[in-house]
Amino acid sequence: MVMDESVNPRLDRLFSALADSTRRSILMKLTNGDEGVMELAAPFDMSQPAISRHIKVLEAAGLVTRHRQGTHRMCRLAPDALGEIEPWLDIIADRYRSNYNRLDAVLETMKPSQQGDD
Amino acid sequence: MPPLQLMLEGDADVVVTRQFKAPPENVYRAHLEPELICQWMASWPGWTMPVCETDSREGGAFRFEFDGGEEGAFTTTGEYITLTPSSLIVHVERMHMPDPAPDSHCHTTFEASETGTLLTLRMSLPDAETRQGMMDMGIADGMELSYSKLDEIAS
Repeated sequence: MVMDESVNPRLDRLFSALADSTRRSILMKLTNGDEGVMELAAPFDMSQPAISRHIKVLEAAGLVTRHRQGTHRMCRLAPDALGEIEPWLDIIADRYRSNYNRLDAVLETMKPSQQGDD
Repeated sequence: MPPLQLMLEGDADVVVTRQFKAPPENVYRAHLEPELICQWMASWPGWTMPVCETDSREGGAFRFEFDGGEEGAFTTTGEYITLTPSSLIVHVERMHMPDPAPDSHCHTTFEASETGTLLTLRMSLPDAETRQGMMDMGIADGMELSYSKLDEIAS
């Protein structure tokens, strides 16, 4: 099986879904538990169809699932929704760690006596 | 003090501190001179900085392009606001992936310490919501995990 991490349509959908502040806000709310579509739409200055479109994008990205509870349409954070993003988060974290470790090595090569022009 | 710490301050700030053995003059220069920056800022194995340009004057711009080959590429651009030699860099920056993300305001101080230099990087994100989003997405957890790993390695 070819595992080319750079070609990953699911990750593409995931990151484009997350690249929108409204959709991130919706996800934040859902981390506290299931919410109805109406309740999710309430804080936004946006029509309910517009919110529904955002929810569909989140659903397509595998971040949110929808179900019915009586007459209410409910949204739920998909189990392990953000699990796939963790390797990417590690990259962000590693950036600081390895950057500064490398900077240590660069600084080693800069003799204090060579400050300024040399 | 551990070699690297990450803290949240106020509503929208992330603060990273790190001790260096070198004097502030050198740590400061290593943040501004392209031939030094390109040696350390492309963090990950296999990544390079094909473009590293700085106009290190107040009001000057910088452009860093990172290339990870198969792993992808991104660009960071920004402008220097305040440059106080050996002591302070204030700049704004944004990532392009490829659409530009909102500006982060970065305030980096270089203070002489017993061991060399205490670097303090304060990133002010656009608003509390942005930072909260970052944290809720687990970036904080990921960072803390890495930093505690670093503690293990370094101690």
